[in-house]
Amino acid sequence: MQLNREQLLAAYRMMRTIRTFEDRVHTEFSAGGIPGFVHLYAGEEASAVGICMNLDDRDKIASTHRGHGHCIAKGCDVDGMMAEIFGRESGLCGGKGGSMHIADLGRGMMGANGIVGGGPPLICGAALTAKTLKTGGVAVAFIGDGASNQGTTMESYNLAKAWNLPAIFVVEDNGYAESTASNWSVSGSQLKRAEGFAIPAVQVDGLDFFAINEAARDAVERARGGGGPSLIHARLNRYHGHFEGDAQTYRAPDEIERLRRDHDPLLVFRQRVTQAGLLEGGQLDAIDADVADQIEHAVVAAKGAAMPPLANLLTDVYVTY
Amino acid sequence: MSKKSFRQAVNEALAQEMRRDPRVIVMGEDVAGGLGAPGEDDAWGGPMGVTKGLMPEFGRERVLDTPITESGFIGAAIGAAATGLRPVADLMFVDFMGVCFDQIFNQAAKFRYMFGGKAVTPVVIRTMYGGGFRAASQHSQCLYPLFTHIPGLKVVIPSSAYDAKGLLIQAIRDDDPVIFFEHKMLYDDIDEVPDEAYTIPFGEANVLREGGDLTLVALGRMVKLAREAAESLARQGISCTVIDPRTTSPMDTDTILESVADTGRLVIVDEAHPRCGMAADISAIVAQEAFGALKAPIRMVTPPHTPVPFSPALEDAYLPTPARIIEAARRVMA
Repeated sequence: MQLNREQLLAAYRMMRTIRTFEDRVHTEFSAGGIPGFVHLYAGEEASAVGICMNLDDRDKIASTHRGHGHCIAKGCDVDGMMAEIFGRESGLCGGKGGSMHIADLGRGMMGANGIVGGGPPLICGAALTAKTLKTGGVAVAFIGDGASNQGTTMESYNLAKAWNLPAIFVVEDNGYAESTASNWSVSGSQLKRAEGFAIPAVQVDGLDFFAINEAARDAVERARGGGGPSLIHARLNRYHGHFEGDAQTYRAPDEIERLRRDHDPLLVFRQRVTQAGLLEGGQLDAIDADVADQIEHAVVAAKGAAMPPLANLLTDVYVTY
Repeated sequence: MSKKSFRQAVNEALAQEMRRDPRVIVMGEDVAGGLGAPGEDDAWGGPMGVTKGLMPEFGRERVLDTPITESGFIGAAIGAAATGLRPVADLMFVDFMGVCFDQIFNQAAKFRYMFGGKAVTPVVIRTMYGGGFRAASQHSQCLYPLFTHIPGLKVVIPSSAYDAKGLLIQAIRDDDPVIFFEHKMLYDDIDEVPDEAYTIPFGEANVLREGGDLTLVALGRMVKLAREAAESLARQGISCTVIDPRTTSPMDTDTILESVADTGRLVIVDEAHPRCGMAADISAIVAQEAFGALKAPIRMVTPPHTPVPFSPALEDAYLPTPARIIEAARRVMA
C-alpha cells in the first residue's frame, strides 16, 4: 500500500469527483433537465478508483449501465460526460449515446453498456488484442451482482482461462440486481464460481479504497506477467436507486441513511489518511471545494450547449456504406 | 485464373488476407480442430473443412479454436475488433445466432452510432446457412433478413466461388461489422477464380442475364435456380433479366428498379421465410418506387412459413425449385 501523497490526493479527488458528479446528476434529473434512464454510482467510488489507479493508457475497461464512475476513473472528460448525459452535441458521443453508452475508446473506456453482462465477452476480445499485439495491456470487465448470473459472464470466465488472457473481472456486488437482493439471486458464491474456473479470486471490502487498490495491483501484475485472468469480488453499496426515479421501497427504511453515515467510502478514506497522518483534512476540504466548482462548471456548460443538429440523426451508422 | 470450389475460394481469401495483414485472425469452434486432443492437429478446419490448412501456416496464435461458447467468442471477436485486430469469427451455423445475437446487434452494430462515430469495429462473422443438407430445423435456416434489419451491420450473401473470394476479401478490409453468409450446398460448386487477391464492392448487384420480359431477383443459392429457370423460360420465349444483389445491406436497389422499369414484371426468389424476408422487403421497395412501371403483381417464390423439415420428401417440397420459379414467371406473364 505504498501510495505517495500525490497518489492519495489524486485518488481522493477522483472519488470526490464521482460523488459530486453523481449527486448533481441526481438533482438535475429530479429537476427534469436530463432525459431517459440514468443509473448512479454514488457509494461505489472506491471500486472504480481503486481499480483504475492501477491502469494506464494501454489498458481497456468495459463498464455497465452504472458507468459514470468507471468513465471518470478511466480519465473521461467530465465536461464531455455531463454534456452527453444532457444529450448535447458537445457530449463525448455527440449526444447519441447518453448516460448508458458513454465511451471514450481513446482513453481505453469501451463503453457503459445497456445490456447486463454485455461487457465481459468484449473484455476477452480487448485482452486478446493485447496478447496478440503484445501491447502489455490488460482489460477489465466491471460487472454487477446481476451480471454475474448471466451466461456471457461465465462464458467469459471460461474463455479467459482457456486462452490465458490478461483479463480482470471485477464483480461490484451492491446487494441488489435492480430490486432483487443478491443474497437471494446469486447461488453459491462469487469466489467459488471463479475457483470453479481455476481463476484466482479475492473478496474485498468495496468501501475500502486501500483493500481494493491492493487487490487490483495483484490482479494487474498477474495479467501483465502472463498469469492469466483474475476476479475481484467487491461488496459495496449504492445510495441511489437502480435507476433515477426508483423509490427503493425494497430497501430497509433507514438503510441508506445508515450506510451514508457509517459505511461511506469517502469518509472511510478520509479517516484512514488523516488518522495515519498521511494527509490533512484541509487538503481534502480544498479538493471538495475545487471539485464542486468543476462540476458546477460542467453542468452550466452542458445546459448552455447546443442540441445535436438534426442532420446527425443519419451519420455514424457505418464507416462507409 | 483456375477452377476452384467455393470452399477453396473462401480458404484462399482468408489465407491471402492473413498473409497481407498480421491483424487478421480467425477464431471459432474447431476452425483448426484437435486442440488438446491426442490425435491429429488441424483435424477439421471447421465442420466443412473450409479453414483447413490455416492453422499449420499461421499458428494457433492466429487461428484460435474456441470452446463451444458463441456469446463468449463472438463477443471477444467484437471486442478485439474494437481494440485493433481484424478478426474473422466463424459462427458455425447461423441458427446459433440465437445464443449470441446480443453481442452482434446490441454491441457490434451499435458502437459506432452510440459512441458518436468514434468506434471502428472491423469484424467479419462467417456463417453457414441454408437448406438441402437434411440438417433439419436448427441447422438449415436463412436468417439474413434478421441481420439486414439491423442498422450498423453489413450483410453479404455470395452466390458463387468467384463472388465468395472477392466479397470476403472486401469484408475483411471493410471497417464495419460484416455478416458473411455461406450456403452449405454451395461449397463444392466450381468456378473460375483468380489466384490473386481481388475485391468486389458491397452494394453492387451482379446482372447475370439480360432480358426484356421479366426481372428475376435471387439471393445466394437461389441465384443458381433462377438462372436455370431463366434458361428454360428463354426456350419458351420469355426473356428474363437475372439480378443477384450480392449484399442485402447495403443493397443495390437502383439496379433492381431500373430493370423493373424496363420489364414491368418482377419475381423474387428467396430461401428465407416469406414474412419480413428479403423478398417481402424488395417487393415493398419496388411497390413504393416503381408502382407505375409494374404490368403485373410482384410474385415471391419462397418456402412456406414453417420451420425447415427433416424428411427429404418434406424438405424438397419446402425449398424453392426452378419449376416453382417458372410457374411464378408464367403467372406474371399471363
